Amino acid sequence: MKQLLILSGKGGTGKTTIAGAFIKLANAKAYADCDVDAPNLHLVINQSSEARQSDYYGLAKAEINRDLCVQCDMCRQNCRFEAIKATPEYKVDLYACEGCGVCKAICPAGAVSLKPARAGELMLYVDDTVFSTAELKMGSGTSGMLVTEVKKQMKSAAENTDLAIIDGSPGIGCPVIASLSGVDMVLIVAEPSISGISDMERIIKTAEKFQPKIAVCINKYDTNIENTKKIESFCQKHELPFAGRIPYDPDAVRAINNGMSIVDIDCAAGRAVKDVFDKTMKILYI
Amino acid sequence: MKIAIPVDEKSIESSVCISFGRTPYFLIYDMESKKSIFLDNSAAASQGGAGIKAAQTIVDNNVGALLTPRCGENAAAVIKAANVKIYKTINDSIIDNINALNEGKLALLDDIHAGFHNHGGK
Amino acid sequence: MKIAVLSGKGGTGKTLVAVNLAAAAKESIYIDCDVEEPNGYLFFKPRDIKSEKITIKIPIIDERLCKGCRKCVDFCKFNALAYINDKLIVFDEVCHSCGGCVLFCPEKALTEKEKIIGEVQRGVSDNVTVITGILNTGEASGIPIIKKLLSDTSAGKGLTFIDCPPGSACIVMESIKDADYCILVAEPTLFGVHNLNMVYNLVRLFDKPHGAILNKCLDGENPAEKFCIEKGIQILGKISFDNELGTLNSNALISVRENMKYRDMFSALLQTVTKEVRHETAINP
Repeated sequence: MKQLLILSGKGGTGKTTIAGAFIKLANAKAYADCDVDAPNLHLVINQSSEARQSDYYGLAKAEINRDLCVQCDMCRQNCRFEAIKATPEYKVDLYACEGCGVCKAICPAGAVSLKPARAGELMLYVDDTVFSTAELKMGSGTSGMLVTEVKKQMKSAAENTDLAIIDGSPGIGCPVIASLSGVDMVLIVAEPSISGISDMERIIKTAEKFQPKIAVCINKYDTNIENTKKIESFCQKHELPFAGRIPYDPDAVRAINNGMSIVDIDCAAGRAVKDVFDKTMKILYI
Repeated sequence: MKIAIPVDEKSIESSVCISFGRTPYFLIYDMESKKSIFLDNSAAASQGGAGIKAAQTIVDNNVGALLTPRCGENAAAVIKAANVKIYKTINDSIIDNINALNEGKLALLDDIHAGFHNHGGK
Repeated sequence: MKIAVLSGKGGTGKTLVAVNLAAAAKESIYIDCDVEEPNGYLFFKPRDIKSEKITIKIPIIDERLCKGCRKCVDFCKFNALAYINDKLIVFDEVCHSCGGCVLFCPEKALTEKEKIIGEVQRGVSDNVTVITGILNTGEASGIPIIKKLLSDTSAGKGLTFIDCPPGSACIVMESIKDADYCILVAEPTLFGVHNLNMVYNLVRLFDKPHGAILNKCLDGENPAEKFCIEKGIQILGKISFDNELGTLNSNALISVRENMKYRDMFSALLQTVTKEVRHETAINP
C-alpha cells in the first residue's frame, strides 16, 4: 500500500479540503484523518455505513485511595508534573498526570495505583471504502499513540488497497511525527504568508527525518503572489518538487458548507486541485 | 546461533509482523537445534519507547541476529550496542526468511527509519 | 488581565486577532504559546531580544556506580532506558523527565543533566512586549516552554494577550489555565463550527468567561454565527473577508499599524473585549 500524507505545519491552509478532493479524484479505497485533535475529514466525506467505535486508552493515570492515604505528602513532593493536589485530601489532577508511576512507587501506604484512562475514541467506517478516524478527548495528551492506532486500523481493514490518503495534523510535534512514520510521500500544503512560509520550513525539516518523498503545493496562491514566488524559489533551491498552485475561491467555501468536496462542483479551485493531484500521483508512482 | 523474528501469531506458519516494536510475539529460533519458542512482546502495549523495550527483550534472550522488515532508530541503537546483527526480511514468510539466512541470502537492514519517537508523549 | 485567544483549528485568524488587539492597546504584553509554530514575532519583529534556553532534566549514568540491577529500566513507564552489555543506555527524546529512575536507583548512580528543548524570547515592539516560545524541531512536547511562558508574566494591571496553539489538547489547556477571559476565533465554514464546538466545550469545562470573534465572514449564511446564536455565545465582533487585510496579514504586517481603518476596527473590538472582561471579573471575581 502506498501512503500519501497531507501536511501543512500551519493550520487552516486547506489540508483537509485538499485531502477530501484527492480522495474523490483518486477514488481512494482507504483514507484516514490523523488530525485527532480537531478531526474534520468526516465533514467532507459522506459515509453510508455506521462507524465501528472503540475506546482508546492513553497513558494510565494515578489514583489515590483516600482510605489508605496517610497524608505524608511524599507523592506531591516528588511529582514533576504538579499533578497531585492536597485539598486537603490528596487528589490527582488527571489532566496533568503523565502516568510515570513515581507517586505509586514512593507511597509508603500503598495508596496509589495506576489506572488506564479513556483518552479518546476510534471510529472505523467500512463499506466499499475504509475510512479511519478518531477524536481525542479534551485535554488528553497522548495524541501520537492515537494517530498510530488510526493508521493501524485503516491498514488492517484495507490490506489489499494500493493507495491510502491520510490527512495529517498541524504543528511539528508528536502527532505529526506519529503520522509521518511509514508513509511513502508527504504533500505539504503551504500558504503564501510569512507565517505560512516559516511553518512550512519547520514541517519540511521534521518530515525529512523520515525520508519520504516530499512535494509542495500552494493554496490560496493569489492572496499574495510575492510570497507564492518565494515559496516556489524555496522549493527550487531545496530541490523539492512543486505540485502546483490553487487559487482562493469563495465557491470552495460554499462547497464545503454544503458538505461537498471542491471537485464535486465546477470551480477554479477544484480545477487547480485536479492538476496538483495529477502531479502528486506522478511523483508518488515514479 | 539463536535468531529473533517479530511474528503475527504463535506459529511458524504465521507471518512476519511489519512492526518490530509493536509486534504481538517474537519467534526465538535456534538455527542449530531448529527449536522455536514464542515470546509475548510486553512492549506492544507501551505508550512510547516500544522499540527500546522490545529490543531489550530480544537482547536478553541472547540472540545473535534479528530478522525484521523494519526497525526504528532507538531499537537499532539498543540492538547494535549488543552486537546483534539486523537483517532485512525478504517477504512475510517466516520459513522463507530462515532459509534465506541459512543460505546467506539476507542483506543487513541499512535503512533505519527515524522512529515513532515519543508518540506516547504529550 | 489575561486574555487567551484560541480556536479549534489553525488558520482561523487567531494570530491576526491576538496581534492586532495587542497592538491596538495602549500598552500590552503579547505571549505566543503556539510553540510548535510561533508566528506572532514575525508580525511584531521585536527588538532588544533577550533569549532564554528552556531545558528539561534527563538522567545520566555514572557507570562506576551502576551495578546493573535494572530497577530503573523496569520502573520507566516510557521505556527510555535499556541495559545492554553491562551498560545503561538513556534515550533522551523518549524521557518524560519524571525523575523516577534517579529517585529509585539503589546505588545513586543516576543524576540529571539539563537538555535544551527550545527557548523563550522576550523583546519589545513599540507599545507591545512580545514573548515568544519556540520548540526545537524534533522535540515532542512544548509544555515545559508554555509553563515557562506563563509562569513569569507579572499579573499586572495591563493587558496580556495569549496566542494559544490550535486544537483542544493538553497544550491548549495549559495555555488557558490562568486566563481571565477567552476569545474564540471562528471561520464561517462547517469545519469552523465543528472546531468552535471543541474549544467551546473546553472553555466551559474550565469555566472560563468567553466570547467569539467571527473571522473571514462572507455574504450569505454563516454556520459559525448560527452556532453562536444557538449556544448563546456572545459575538464580540465580525471581521469580513477583506483582500487588503488578508494581504497585510500574509506579509506579516500589523494591520492596525498600517491603516487607520483597521486601527479603528480593532480599537472598537478591543473596547468591547475589555468591557466584557471587566464585566465578567466584576460578577465572577
